[in-house]
Amino acid sequence: MLELKNITKKFGDRTILDHLNLEIPTGEILAIVGPSGAGKTTLLRCLSGLETPESGSFLLNDQPFDPTDPANADQIIGVVFQNYQLFPNLTVLQNITLAPKLVLKQDAQTATATALELLDELDLAGKEQLYPYQLSGGQQQRVAIVRALAMKPQVLCYDEPTSALDPALREKVGEIILNLKKKHMTQVIVTHDLTFAKQTADQIFTVNALDAQGGK
Amino acid sequence: MTYIEQIAPSLLTGALMSLKIFFWTLIVSIPLGVLVSLGLLSKFSPLRLLLKFYVWIMRGTPLLLQLIFVFYGLPIIGIIFQRYDAALCAFILNYTAYFAEIFRGGFQTIPAGQFESAKVLRLTKTQTLLHIIIPQVVKIVIPSIGNEVVNLVKDTSLVYVIGLGDLLRAGNVATARDVTLIPLVLVGVIYLLMTGLASYALKKVEQHYSKWR
Repeated sequence: MLELKNITKKFGDRTILDHLNLEIPTGEILAIVGPSGAGKTTLLRCLSGLETPESGSFLLNDQPFDPTDPANADQIIGVVFQNYQLFPNLTVLQNITLAPKLVLKQDAQTATATALELLDELDLAGKEQLYPYQLSGGQQQRVAIVRALAMKPQVLCYDEPTSALDPALREKVGEIILNLKKKHMTQVIVTHDLTFAKQTADQIFTVNALDAQGGK
Repeated sequence: MTYIEQIAPSLLTGALMSLKIFFWTLIVSIPLGVLVSLGLLSKFSPLRLLLKFYVWIMRGTPLLLQLIFVFYGLPIIGIIFQRYDAALCAFILNYTAYFAEIFRGGFQTIPAGQFESAKVLRLTKTQTLLHIIIPQVVKIVIPSIGNEVVNLVKDTSLVYVIGLGDLLRAGNVATARDVTLIPLVLVGVIYLLMTGLASYALKKVEQHYSKWR
């Protein structure tokens, strides 16, 4: 169970998230929807440690954790960014294995084996030596998913996963998300796409603009 | 031909001195430039302002003045350098400032998302810089660095003013002594060879980085 308790985030005078509470049972999918500027992405950035909330706490299986603490390698929140943010100077394989080797201290063989297995699962077999620019948008997104998964996260977050995809690819990423659910991966999806949210999520949370005190 | 053979050793000795200054300046000031550029982007304002001031002085005054200042000026306040050390000191200080500005520009073109995706992967700041950011910055700055490298080859001739026996001095001495243009023409040819080699090496580096975009 992932819990967000009383999360408040302000930018200057503007309150983006006001005492927000959320609970996501392990292995479930939460979709966060709402209009632009309502704070969907801010919420995801707080959860992944990219923003520090003014107040509130995060709990994973009843254990409090600090997402902004870089040393906190046991509670990893994986993120698939809207524009994927693959590292252009590294091959697909290097993109995936860099952090497991440096952070999780995996040996090269283990990291590579895990990466190849995950690439195969996401229909990316044979792409490991290519550079990101040699891949299509959909393939880049799947590499970003593999890269996040290789860190063995407890929670996997997606920021607007369907925004740049055509309908076929949209369906495919939905399929990937549901397959991960079968493996009990807790997932959080920030999206504009209400249809997609309804198709994939167990729970939909609406963030409202201005006061952002949304409810289910 | 025999005349050329006669003056070649002194020209080559001079060229060697120019090359020594060239290499040491590059080897020291490129990494220093990276460090200074990080300082220029630092959130710690005293450091940032100090380094801005340093870059302003170094880029706003002639390298020739800086050379004269280090070798002839500093002894007045008791800081004495040997000719070669004075030359290296001035060149490194000056070129570090130029390289720092180039790298600063390079760092600023890297999207924030690259730092953020490294952060969520739990990479440390140093790991992020070494494995992700610096390689991308290097690729961006190679053309500008290339210009400075070619300039540096030619700028080494400025050490003439503090009486260091570089290539230009060797040629000038021979021309004055033998009343012929040949040494100066040869000096020009040797500079062309050196800048040509530097450009060729940079092109190779650029090709190496062209395998990704």
